[in-house]
Amino acid sequence: MAKGVKPRVKVPKTASAGEMVTLKTLISHKMESGQRKDSDGNKIPRSIIHRFTCAFNGKTVVDVEMGGAISTNPYFSFDAVVPEAGEFHFTWYDDDGSVYETKKKVEMA
Amino acid sequence: MEVTRRDTMVIGGAAALTTILPSLSSAAIPVNELIMGVTGGADAATSGIDLTAPEIAENGNTVPISVDAPGAVVITIMAAGNPLPGVAKFKFGDGAAAQAATTRIRLAGTQDVVAVAEMADGSFAAVSKMVKVTIGGCGG
Repeated sequence: MAKGVKPRVKVPKTASAGEMVTLKTLISHKMESGQRKDSDGNKIPRSIIHRFTCAFNGKTVVDVEMGGAISTNPYFSFDAVVPEAGEFHFTWYDDDGSVYETKKKVEMA
Repeated sequence: MEVTRRDTMVIGGAAALTTILPSLSSAAIPVNELIMGVTGGADAATSGIDLTAPEIAENGNTVPISVDAPGAVVITIMAAGNPLPGVAKFKFGDGAAAQAATTRIRLAGTQDVVAVAEMADGSFAAVSKMVKVTIGGCGG
C-alpha cells in the first residue's frame, strides 16, 4: 500500500431535491508515472491510482480511468444531481491493489 | 563467413536505422490519428465539446484542464506529445448533472491536448488545444 494516501472530498451537507451540486475530490498520492528514472538511470516502476468512481445511492456519477499523465495528488471536480437524501460513495483503485473509499451524506434542505 | 566491405556498410546502415526509429516513434502523434483511434475511423464533429486549458503552462507537472461536452457518455483526454498519449477517460452515469469535469494533468512538453467525446447517439466530437509548457513534467 502506498504511504500517506488520504482522500479528501468536498460535498455540500444539504441540498434540495433535484439540485445540481459540484463535487471536488483530491487524494494524496505520488502517482509514479513509470517514466521517471532514479539516480542510477533505472526506470522507477509505475505506481498510480488507475481508476476513480463516484456514485450516489448506487447510481454512477462518474467512472474515470486514469493514465500515468494524471498529476500527483489527483484532483477531480464534477457535477452531480441529488434527487433525494442519500450518500455519495467515492472509490479510488490503486495499481498495487489497494482500494481507498470515502462516503459523504447529503441531507434534504 | 567473410565480412566484406559491402556487408559492413549494410550492417552499419541497419544499426543507424534502428537507433533513429525509436526516437521517431516517441515524437508527437498527429492529432487526427489520436482522434481516429478513439472513434474507430469515424469522423468527429468539431462542435459540441469544449476544452479549457491554459495557453502557457509554467509547470508541466500539473496543468489544470476542463472538458465540457453536453450529452456525452464518454470523454477521452489525450496528450499528443507525451510518451504515453492516454491521459484519462471519463464515463458519465445517470447521477451526473453535467458531462463536464476538471482535473490536473502532466505534460512532457509543448504539445496538443486532445479531447474526444462519444455522444449518447454514437456520434463523436473532438477538440484539441495547444499548450505551451515551460518545464516538462515527465521527469525526463
